[in-house]
Amino acid sequence: MSSVANSTQWCGQSVERVEDAALLTGRGRFIDDLGVKPGTLHAAILRSPHAHARLAAIRTDAARALPGVAAVLTGADIRTLSSSLVVGVKAPVECWPIATDRVRYVGEPVAVVVAASRYVAEDALDLIDIDYEPLPAIVDPVAALDPAAPVLHDGLGANLASERAFRYGDPEQAFAAAAHRIAVTIRYPRNSCTPMETYGLVAEYDAAEDAYDVLANFMGPFSLHAVMARALKVPGNRFRLRTPPDSGGSFGVKQGVFPYIVLIGVAARVTGRPVKWIEDRLEHLAASVSATNRVTTLEAAVDADGRVRALAWDQLEDVGAHIRAPEPATLYRMHGNLTGAYDIHHVSVRNRVVLTNKMPTGLNRGFGGPQVYYALERLMQRIAVELELDPVDVIRRNLIPSGRFPYRTATGALLDSGDYVKAFDIALKDGAFASLRERQAKARAEGRLYGIGLTAAVEPSVSNMGYITTALTPQERRKAGPKNGAQATATVSLDPLGGVTVNVASVPQGQGHRTVLAQIVADDLGLMPADIRVVTDFDSGRDAWSIASGNYSSRFAAAVGGAAKLASGRIKARLARMAAAQLNVGVDEIEFAAGKVRARGNPDNALPFTRLAATSHWSPGLVPVENQALRETAFWSPPELTAPTEGDEINSSLCHGFIFDFCGVEIDRVTGAARIDTYVTMHDCGTILHPGMVAGQVTGGFAHAVGAALYEEFAYGDDGSFLTGTFADYLVPTAMEIPAPLILHLETPSPFTPLGAKGVGEGNCMSTPVCLANAVADALDLDAIDLPLTPAKLAGHIHGAERAPPQRPAAARTGKGRALHGVGEARVDAPPETVWRMLLDPGTLAAIIPGAHGVAKVSDTHFRADVTLGVGPVTGRYKADIRLSDLDAPRAVTLIGVVTGALGDARGAGRITLTADAGGTRVTYDYDAEIGGKVASIGGRLLDGAAKVVIRQFFAALVRHTGGAKPGFLARLFGRGA
Amino acid sequence: MKPARFDYIRAGDIAEAHAALADHGNDARIIAGGQTLMPMLSMRLVRPKIVVDIMHVAALHGIAASGADIRIGAGVRQAELLAWPGLAEHLPLLHAALPWVGHAQTRSRGTVCGSAAHADPSAEIPLCLLALDATLELSSRRGRRRVTAADFFTGMMTTARADNELIEAVRIPKKPAGAGYAFNEFGRRHGDFAIVACAAVASGDTTRLAVGGVADTPALHELGALGGKELDDALDAFAWALDARDDLHATARYRRELVRRMGRATIEEARACRD
Amino acid sequence: MPRLSAAERHTVRFTLNGRAVEAQAEPRMLLTDFLRHELGATGTHVGCEHGVCGACTVEIDGVPARSCLTLAVQADGATIRTVEGLAPEPGRLSVLQEAFRRHHALQCGFCTAGILMSLDSYLRSQPDPSEQDLREFLGGHICRCTGYVPIMAAAMDAAKRLRESPSDV
Repeated sequence: MSSVANSTQWCGQSVERVEDAALLTGRGRFIDDLGVKPGTLHAAILRSPHAHARLAAIRTDAARALPGVAAVLTGADIRTLSSSLVVGVKAPVECWPIATDRVRYVGEPVAVVVAASRYVAEDALDLIDIDYEPLPAIVDPVAALDPAAPVLHDGLGANLASERAFRYGDPEQAFAAAAHRIAVTIRYPRNSCTPMETYGLVAEYDAAEDAYDVLANFMGPFSLHAVMARALKVPGNRFRLRTPPDSGGSFGVKQGVFPYIVLIGVAARVTGRPVKWIEDRLEHLAASVSATNRVTTLEAAVDADGRVRALAWDQLEDVGAHIRAPEPATLYRMHGNLTGAYDIHHVSVRNRVVLTNKMPTGLNRGFGGPQVYYALERLMQRIAVELELDPVDVIRRNLIPSGRFPYRTATGALLDSGDYVKAFDIALKDGAFASLRERQAKARAEGRLYGIGLTAAVEPSVSNMGYITTALTPQERRKAGPKNGAQATATVSLDPLGGVTVNVASVPQGQGHRTVLAQIVADDLGLMPADIRVVTDFDSGRDAWSIASGNYSSRFAAAVGGAAKLASGRIKARLARMAAAQLNVGVDEIEFAAGKVRARGNPDNALPFTRLAATSHWSPGLVPVENQALRETAFWSPPELTAPTEGDEINSSLCHGFIFDFCGVEIDRVTGAARIDTYVTMHDCGTILHPGMVAGQVTGGFAHAVGAALYEEFAYGDDGSFLTGTFADYLVPTAMEIPAPLILHLETPSPFTPLGAKGVGEGNCMSTPVCLANAVADALDLDAIDLPLTPAKLAGHIHGAERAPPQRPAAARTGKGRALHGVGEARVDAPPETVWRMLLDPGTLAAIIPGAHGVAKVSDTHFRADVTLGVGPVTGRYKADIRLSDLDAPRAVTLIGVVTGALGDARGAGRITLTADAGGTRVTYDYDAEIGGKVASIGGRLLDGAAKVVIRQFFAALVRHTGGAKPGFLARLFGRGA
Repeated sequence: MKPARFDYIRAGDIAEAHAALADHGNDARIIAGGQTLMPMLSMRLVRPKIVVDIMHVAALHGIAASGADIRIGAGVRQAELLAWPGLAEHLPLLHAALPWVGHAQTRSRGTVCGSAAHADPSAEIPLCLLALDATLELSSRRGRRRVTAADFFTGMMTTARADNELIEAVRIPKKPAGAGYAFNEFGRRHGDFAIVACAAVASGDTTRLAVGGVADTPALHELGALGGKELDDALDAFAWALDARDDLHATARYRRELVRRMGRATIEEARACRD
Repeated sequence: MPRLSAAERHTVRFTLNGRAVEAQAEPRMLLTDFLRHELGATGTHVGCEHGVCGACTVEIDGVPARSCLTLAVQADGATIRTVEGLAPEPGRLSVLQEAFRRHHALQCGFCTAGILMSLDSYLRSQPDPSEQDLREFLGGHICRCTGYVPIMAAAMDAAKRLRESPSDV
């Protein structure tokens, strides 16, 4: 052991991380870096190209017959061997990890192939043949509430999955008495923190013991262990869940691997072999988890001076296609914090949860905070603008006054500590707010678009496992039994050479837990951090854990660090008693320092720590049982985390940091691009254990927030097609896009945690998006602005009305779907009757449908064809189904075509009109087409191009076939994607 | 996300590449740098029967001044051209545009001709070839031909190359005395394909503006010596004529506006640097 | 070179971190999979498999390149360096690796190998980069943990130290 004399306090220092040497030399141990047992098989998953469709038939014979394929599983197989995942609201609805009767979002698993290699498994996916019967999709959460909207889950009868109303104080009276009522409505978009390592797992099933053993880069919360064990139909002690030593980031997202643990677990059971599945990036973007999108209307009752007396929240939460555990947690995580950093006594809330045909939602850094603060802090800016007040004054006037902590919010949170006004004032001064105002004035004088944004926020951490039950009524909660608390665990053990090992169930994903725990325990036992070995790979069969275990809700520093301190303290107390007996001094005289246990007044009267620590292994007979020190496990659940009250007050989190941000943003007049000129972020996260890591959490969270504000969105077409299926369309910012924020701190320790620490990693994801939006709104003088703040969106507010086109306009359409619209005309040297006959003739159709391999006539007005379509090198074989309707011989006909294939599907309708024209025919057409499927997700612009090419080819061929090709025909066509 | 199966041949000379193309036509795909082809293979968007690696064909390497042209072989990587000492003098437009092509980590492998072959409408290299009136040298077992960039880019990722043809090289006219060049691009992030990219060449009383990222192919417009409102009107007509794309990242209206504004700025920049 | 048939595995040989290596690969096998699962060099990570994120960046014939955009068979005969070859000797980190540790320029460490390979190559060719040039170069990588601030600091610090003591590695 390398202990040397020291009097250093390790906590509070930016020591080098113990994790880094291995990670920097390529010796990390991430899940896909670990070897597997001989005979391990590899899974690949076939996913739905449709947002909503009935599964009419799944043919897997060809896939099963491919050499190397061990099994092909569909929803029916999974239903046989598992049960539905438990759903977090009281509703007659199931949640399976694979589609059973229908698909409800693009990317939903439909079949699993298990094969000798991933390459072969993907070959087999190509051979699975599925008949989908498309259903209308619902994408917009407001539209989903319409009684006429398509319903996703028949058991619910509608798309509304949960609705609750809450009332705190006397909001009606406050609104009635208010000088002003000011409101905002916002639509928070979907996004995800997309960790660099995707999901991965290796599952095994032991038939002899009816037990599962799964290694996965899951991150908790381990309440989901119970969900998985129940789905796999085994007792908790027969579902052993382990995690690898390293995990490549999570930010909440790796909670979402849990349905795949069930899915691949069943695959392992069916094949009798270990099965490994590593999610690829396309799967991750389409079908891991997303943060929720939310539509919020927030209204304030405001005094003339900007003081807010009451808030009325109306939140419509979109959880996607399933209510997957732990949803609707995103909506309730912030419930105690709906008044933010402000002293507001009266609150009403309406919360609704709705289902739509999009990826199911789950944990994501900030978890509910970004959605809440976007509404609240946009509102604070609107109050300042509408009442012509300085936004600085409006925030300051409403902050919870100094000296009022712990402070109980109207909705039930107990804000543990802080001095918000002091932190606010320090930030304005040290962040040079006055000079930012000068900078803005100068920019504006030069005609530049420059705005300033401000945001105050409370950052909750260490969530109360009971908050989610606020989604239930008090009666439902009484029936289910109260849920509360947040058990943290840590084990400290001594080995026979006196070494110290710490085991925790915190499941780090890069946050340096091993380093910080070594600091904490080294301080406690008077050792060097290098003397402490910390083990964080987790094993539910061996480690101490509880449902709150895991790496979420910024709980590490406050809860896990605290539990380690408690466990270490218990070991220390035993060692101290042992040492007191040996050194002949009182226990209160014993100190641990410099690798020694010694008498405080006489440092020479000392024992080496290692010798004392080894004693209970070698000579237990010499030590009274109560002094023996071998291993201590501490469980810690703070008493402040109580269940929701009968009045629905909930202390949703234990710790509450404070953030105050401000920024200057300039908008380019030509491109509409927003440039962050300066960004200041003040944090009070209690006691700082490791400044370097705290800085890393802030800059990392800030980068995620800049991404969410300016670049990233999981976008869907109106038909539910998924539009951001690659990192070329889901835009994660790089070093070129992320500036360095100025970080300021105030430390007011939490009285509720053993080390005074609070969480810090999520705050900027809550504060920064709205701070940037406030600056943009200021720069462009906008009443309302939603994320992401894309250049094209902002330019729409700068460029003004467009000059009229010099010639005939293309049909004006906007939107981000895959809808195509086009019109065109051509002249043919044949009379309308001839053209008409040709259009109804399979022989003609075979000749003019691009890439047709033959046309089969089903009826006079219904044809089927196999076609090869493509653009450039991207070609594929498709089935085309063509129907003619609204026949008006020989004047007009509507062609309805549906094309389906592995790369995507398209449906379109075109009205063709024939007009006699000087012995020939004028053919005009007008079409609409929608495109979905794989290519829509990963290369939408390819599809637009392809569809336009195909449609043009069709009409060009029609003209050619009738002998009427005219020079410049194509040049006269115009159509555009919309 | 793994490619479907294909044969692989490492061509030792041009004849071997021609033979593979003649035998397999559209089922053969040339791989040079692979920076665009590889993701399409991994996503199984492209399923060739055979992949023909031409990077070991010595005759396809090298950048050479050839009369009034600079000839860039199919094996020349983008980074190699960027580091070529004559670039700023002879091909100032490419000198300005190449740093916008992907990232250093992809330019290290990606080739100039490969980008042309792929014909992405948002890519910088096809745009520059069009603006500079470059010529592509195509060859097959049946013979050789030259195609101008204007004739080569026929549609979204579609070119005039026949299935049995290999792009051997691209020839780009050297900068004539007195010409001025400018390049501007706007994308969501640096290194992304352009939402709008503009390349302008000004020489005497002629001005050429090429724009990329807007329509299915890069597009070229001659603007002569127009200035003032006449130039604005001409750019407006050009913008409307482009059949601008509307997508997730930008509306058609936005693209047209950038053609007008960034186009004008680029023209003025090119005119200002005529020497 | 003969035509390599799609369904068979073929011997691929190259130099990896100074040593001759060989293993079997189908023509379609990606270099990432070959390095990681055939040769056991798991330090190179796979983040997107479509060439955007940069996690899989290795040095091929002296320049940084995406190994996910390279077939194993294309690399036959090449000289490849990966993160396992960066440290000057076991137990000692390179100047760049040290700087990353000192500045907390990594958190989960998943993207780090690719960034190190890029920067190692870059700093050899550009020993005195401007902050903007370095940032642009780093723009070829995605890191989701750090917000890039400490990576920039580590790279600038490493460049400075390498200039001051050019004999260090």
